[in-house]
Formats: sequence, structure tokens, C-alpha cells
Amino acid sequence: MFEFENALEALLTVSLLILSISSLGLVYRVIKGPSIPDRVMALDSIGINLIAITAIISIMLKTDAFLEVILLIGVIAFVGTVAFSKFLQKGEIIEYDRNN
Amino acid sequence: MSLIHLVILSPLLLAIFVPLLHKYFKSIHTGWFVLILPLVLFVYFLSYLGTSMSGNTYLSTMNWIPSMGINFSVYVDGLGLLFALLITGIGSLVVLYSIYYLSKEKEALNTFYVYLLMFMGAMLGVVLSDNLIVLYSFWELTSISSFLLISYWYHREKSRYGALKSMLITVFGGLAMLAGIILLYNMTGTFSVRETIANVDLVTGHELFVPALILFLLGAFTKSAQFPFHIWLPDAMEAPTPVSAYLHSATMVKAGIYLVARMSPVFAGAPEWFWLISVFGIITLFWGSFSAVKQTDLKSILAFSTISQLGLIMTLLGVGSAAVYYDYLSPNVYTVATLAAVFHLINHATFKGSLFMVVGIVDHETGTRDIRKLGGLMNLMPITFTLAIIGCFSMAGLPPFNGFLSKEMFFTGMLRATEIGVWNMDTLGWLFPVLAWVASIFTFIYSMVIVFKTFTGKLQPEKLDKKPHEAPMGMLIPPIVLASLVIIFGFFPNTLKGIIFPTLHSIFPGNFTVEEVDIYFWHGWTPELFMTIGVIGFGTFLYLTLAKWGKIYNWFPQRLTLNKLYDGGLVGLERGSFAFTKFYMTGYIRNYLVMIFGFMAILLAILLTRNGAFNFNLDNTTPVGVYEVVLSLIMVISAITILFTTSRLSAIIALGVVGYSMALFFVLFRAPDLALTQLIVETVSVALFLLCFYHLPDLSKEVSRLKFRLTNFIISVSVGLVVILIGLSVNSSRLFESISSYFEVASYEEAGGKNMVNVILVDFRGLDTLFEIAVLTIAAFGIFAMIKLRLADKKGEVNDEG
Repeated sequence: MFEFENALEALLTVSLLILSISSLGLVYRVIKGPSIPDRVMALDSIGINLIAITAIISIMLKTDAFLEVILLIGVIAFVGTVAFSKFLQKGEIIEYDRNN
Repeated sequence: MSLIHLVILSPLLLAIFVPLLHKYFKSIHTGWFVLILPLVLFVYFLSYLGTSMSGNTYLSTMNWIPSMGINFSVYVDGLGLLFALLITGIGSLVVLYSIYYLSKEKEALNTFYVYLLMFMGAMLGVVLSDNLIVLYSFWELTSISSFLLISYWYHREKSRYGALKSMLITVFGGLAMLAGIILLYNMTGTFSVRETIANVDLVTGHELFVPALILFLLGAFTKSAQFPFHIWLPDAMEAPTPVSAYLHSATMVKAGIYLVARMSPVFAGAPEWFWLISVFGIITLFWGSFSAVKQTDLKSILAFSTISQLGLIMTLLGVGSAAVYYDYLSPNVYTVATLAAVFHLINHATFKGSLFMVVGIVDHETGTRDIRKLGGLMNLMPITFTLAIIGCFSMAGLPPFNGFLSKEMFFTGMLRATEIGVWNMDTLGWLFPVLAWVASIFTFIYSMVIVFKTFTGKLQPEKLDKKPHEAPMGMLIPPIVLASLVIIFGFFPNTLKGIIFPTLHSIFPGNFTVEEVDIYFWHGWTPELFMTIGVIGFGTFLYLTLAKWGKIYNWFPQRLTLNKLYDGGLVGLERGSFAFTKFYMTGYIRNYLVMIFGFMAILLAILLTRNGAFNFNLDNTTPVGVYEVVLSLIMVISAITILFTTSRLSAIIALGVVGYSMALFFVLFRAPDLALTQLIVETVSVALFLLCFYHLPDLSKEVSRLKFRLTNFIISVSVGLVVILIGLSVNSSRLFESISSYFEVASYEEAGGKNMVNVILVDFRGLDTLFEIAVLTIAAFGIFAMIKLRLADKKGEVNDEG
């Protein structure tokens, strides 16, 4: 099925597979649930997995064009998770209170 | 532009000044100013008589839209001149009559005379135009001004009903005629009547000949109130009496007759033309006279009488068209029918005009037009009585009035019609004289009803609103003039030769030469004379026994009358379209989406299969890697989750997963900029979804899963399938190389950038970017405005909590 030019590529492919399986497991958690925080955590982890996948793919594609993507995923995953958490905790993300 | 153009347009020009005259000369009845114009025009048109009699015509063209062959060309020949004289002559009399009929204080005279002048100008335009499009324009102007005149007393509901009815029917016919004109133009390439007649060979053999013929006849039949389109005319009697006298007896209803006569050189000779015109004419003749007898309102009697007389003229024109078939070999046999048509056209205009005015006088002086309330006016209104006798006896076809002459010629024409050796006339031909004869008996009866029920018998002063007395002289002059014409034409019919024979020349152009025919009283003991004697005998008998057999009119089922059909049709149309609109305009966006997507899927599927556009080849495809498979699986699973999840939050998260997987695809397919943007946009939109989710109202918060609907399922599956198929086909058939190779080179060499995507966005195709920035700006402002601007809610309170 796979033919590798060298050991590096074999290694990268294997790690990509592992990451994919891990992501699939996380997707299962997103779907199944049982509570919202489970899903949020799973989504956050998918984000981190995405960083790794992007990094490995960019090595495989031999390009440095995706480094921004990696950084962005990191930022967004963080912001998203925080937003979700706040939403779960307070019911809204940006508190809007003129009196303060 | 020559004088004659000015003459045709002069009523329209005067119409502009009528309101001013009305405003600044309040003490003088506006009609006096108006009266001058038709008189002058009448004299002007009389001056053409000499030219016309010597067989000459007059043509003058004013360019209107020359590039389309539409020019205001005026063509004065016998036919046009006859109508122009009728329009202006009777127009003057009607204006004079209206001065005494309409009160200066109570009526809105300015609008009346504006409409009347509009009508007069339009009618002159119809009969003198050589260009069919110009003719059509004036034709519609007559419909519109007639609509305005019928609804002159617009506060009455019946006036508005009658106006609407006549508008709908005549405009329907007018549009049909326009279609006919366009068909003729397709055949001959010209809008000019004369050139069409000159190229008549192009028309007769053409496959569009019969459709054009039928469309023209639709126009003529609706305008001239032929069966079954006659129903608008009795309802148009709600108009003021001068209008009824002018439009609905002498001029407008004859526009259809004019059209038939004018187009005869083009269409005559064809069996369709002969049959349609004569059969519908004779049915109209019979039905009109039969229905007239049962009416109790004088104007209704006259309306049905007009219908029947128009049918008579139409039949004669139809029978006369047989002359063209015989190539004028024996002209006097069938042309006598056309001669009778033209002669009766003039006669009808004279006696019907005077009768309407008589009825108007009776109405004006007694306050009613109902024959059940009238009676015994003979001694009170002797002049009106005399006028009524002259008009009605002429209408009934009694000697020594002009109606007798045209009735005799009518019978001659009908009897000759049975001798036509073609078109099944040998088997069905006998119907023509029989129906004509029966219709004449009914004509006799209602004519007698008008005279004797109104003027003889016992006076019933308690039923009348006013104390009856003779009309003022000014009101009597116009009917006196017309009645004298009835007598003059009756005794000296040959004075009309000068106008009748040029008219016949117009109807039968070309090699036809009119033999000198004298119209005279005494034909000898001909069948026609016996028929007239029979009409008088039977008519008298039936009139005297009217009370006994009159009940047969009650046997006719009221539900099946044409008026019921028209009213029911209108109501049905309205209800039907309302129900149809209600059926598909449900107000639910889901239904509209079903329609839009269903239509799209069906249309595209049909196009794909019809054109054989679907093809599938794998030559250009790259091998599918394992990453793509895994990623696709993730996306598919998340998408399915969105459909089947019970919670909205899970749906939002699953949607996020789809979006992020999309970003990963962008990474895989080497699109870093897209991946970046996709990530950010996805995050923001997920956050926005969450925002919306939180603000859902508590009450109807729905946490159940989507309901399964078969229609939606079928449509969504088919849309998906069709789009996939199209995508595959598009990918499988690459017609030409893409232009991206240019950008690869040029983005650095010409634009000085290494990032090709960004160079395209801001340099090669910067304009798109500009407007997408505009879109975002508009969206931002829109959101801001929607949040900030809370205008008054339903209760009227200003809510500015945002």
C-alpha cells in the first residue's frame, strides 16, 4: 500500500495515521457526548491534533507555508475553548453591562 | 406634416384647451366652443367629396418611427371619407344636442368635452390612417375614451361596471387585432394597408393567413358588438345619452365594420372570411332583434337594436365578399350586398342617432326611460313623436323611409347568397334569408314598441318624476336634422351615390368597375317585396299579441345567458387566480425552498440527460491518498451528525468540525492562505451561532430532532446527486488549459510578489477584492443598524435598549 523513499517519510506517515486515529476517537467523543464539556474538550484536542497534523503534512510537502496556520490553530483553539467555557459557565461570552 | 394631420389631431389639441375655456368662460356653456370644430371639420371633409367622386384618393405621410416602418400616413379614399363625414357630421349634432342635454351647473362639462374630443380625434385617426400601427393606436384611444365616457357619472356603480366591461372586451379585441397586424407584417413586411393590398398574393397563400384573419375579426367583432361579444353594448347605455347616440350607435361600434371593410381587399375571397363574417353577423342580427323585444328600458331596446343592425351590416359585408371569389365576373350579384351594407351603414347612423336623441329627450322631459311607466306622450310632445315615428319606421324598414330601401337590398343580398355555388351554400344557404326574415319581424316589433308604448296609450303622470312637456328647440334640432336626412335619403337615395360608389371602390379595389346602380323604391313584384309585406303582416300580428307570447322570454334559463357567463368568468378568474396564488404562495420559506431546489434539480437533471452532458473519465485525476479518505470520513460523519443530533449545541459543534476539516483539506491541497482564512472565519461563525443559540426564546425552544419529510429527503438527495454528477462531468471534460500558468510567471515578474494568491487578490483582480470589502462593510453597518435602530414596535413605544 505505501511505498516510502526513506525512513523519515515512513515515520511521518505512521505518526499521521496515529494522529488521524486519535482524531477519529475525539470526533466520536464530540458526537457521543455525554455532556457539553466533553464535547468542548474533544474539540480542543482536535484542534491540537490539527496543529500536529498540519506540521507533519508541511514537513511531508517540504514547505514552510503552513507555519502561520499552525500558530493560528493554536490561538484559535485557545480562544475558542475559553469562549466555550465562558459560555458554559455564564451563559454568554461577552458580558455586556453598561452600568460598569 | 400637412393640413390633414392637423385636422385629425385638432380635436385632441382642442381637448387640451377645453378645461381652460371651461374655467375662464364660465357663463358660456363649454359645448358652444367645442361645436365649432366638428362643424369646420365636416365642411373640410365635404371638400374632399369632389376628389373622391372622381375616383381620386389623397395620401400624406408624416414620419413617426420611420426606422420601423411606422409612419402617420393619412389616406383619404371613399371609405375613410364616408366615416370621417359620419364622425364629424353626427359629432356636430351630438355636441349641439349635448349643450341642451347636459346642465351647465350640475355636470362636469370640462371632462365631458375633453373625453368627447379625444374620442372624435381617435375615431378620425382610425378611419383615415393608412398605417396599421397608427390605426391600432387610435383604435385603443377610442376604447379608452369610450371607457371614460361610459363612466362619466362615475359615482354610479352601474356606470363603472359598464365601463369596465366594455374596456375589457374591446381591449381584448384590440390586442387580438394587434397580433393580427404583426402577423400581416410578417407576411408582407409593411404596415401600410395600401401596400398590403398591393402585395395581397403574399398574404393569401401564407400559412399565417387564417390566424391573422381570425385575429383581425376578433378585433372587429368585439368593437362592433357582434355575438357573443355584444354584451358590453347594453351595459354601455349607462353613459349620458349624447354619448350613446354618438359612440354606441353611429361611430365607435362601426369601427369594426370599418375594419372589416378596410381589410376586405386583403382577406375577402377566402371561405373563412365569408363564413365567419356572415354567420356571426346573421346570428348577431337575429339574437339582437330577438333580445330587443323583451327589454323594458328604451335605451336597452336601442342598444340591442344597434347590435342587430350591426349584425345586418356585417352579414352583408360577408356575403359581399363572395364577389371577390368570383373575381368580379358578375359584379352586380354579390356587390349589391356590399352596396346595401354601405347604404345601410349611412341609414343606420342617421335614424339610430335620431332615435337615441329622441329617447334622451323623453328621459330628460319625463325622468324615466321605462316603457312600463311611459305612455300617452303623443299630444304632449308632438315633435318628438314625429321624430320617433320617422326613426322607428325607417328602422323597421317601412316605406317611404331610407330603412325600407336598405332592407329591400338586404333581402336581395340574402336571397342571392343562397345562389353561391361554393362553400356548402347549396345546403345551408337557405338559413340566411330565413333568419334575416325572422329577425326583420322582430325588428318590426321592437320598433313599434318604442313608438307606441311610449307615445300612445294612457298617460300615467303619477309614475313620472316630472311633468312632461315638449323639449327645448335646441335639443330638437339635431334629431330633426337627422330625421330629415332619413326622409331625404329615403326619397332621393341617389344623392348618396357620390359617397357610396367611392366607398365600394375602396372595398373592392383593382379591376372592379361599379356599374351604375340606381337605388329606387319600386322593384316590381319581387320576392323582396313579398318578404317585406310578410314582415309587416306578421310583425303587426305579433306586436298585437305580444302580451300573450312575450312569456317565452322567461323560459330561457337565466343561468346560461352570456352576461352570467361573463360575470361568472370574471369571478371565477379572480377566485381561480387567488386560489392558485394561495396554493403556491404559502408564506413559508421552506415551501419556496422546496420549489427552488426541486426546480433546479429537475431542470439540471433534464439538461444533463437530454444533452448527454454527463461523462466520466479518470484520466486527469490524481490518486486518492489515505489522508483525504480519512478527512472525508470525518466530514461525512460530522455532516450526518448535524442532521441527526437532538441538541442544537451538538449541531453547532459538528458544523465547526466540518469547517475545521475543510481547513485541513486546504492544508492538504496546499492552500495556506485559504486555510488561515477558513480557520478564523469558522471560529467566528461558530461563535456567532452560539450567540444566536443562547438568544432563542425559552417558550418554544425546540430540542427535538429534525422531523423526517419524504419530499425534503428526495429533493435534498436529488440536488446532491445532480450537483455531484455535474461536478464529475465538469472535471472529466477539460476543454482548454487554465490560465494559471500565466499567473505563475507574471506574479513575480510583473507584480513583484511571490505569494500568487495575494497578488491575484490585490493586483490582477483587485476589483473583486474591493467590492468584497464593500460587502463586508455593508454587512457590518447593517448589523450595527439593526442592533441600534429600534423604531417603534407595534404598540408605538420606542424601544432603544440596544
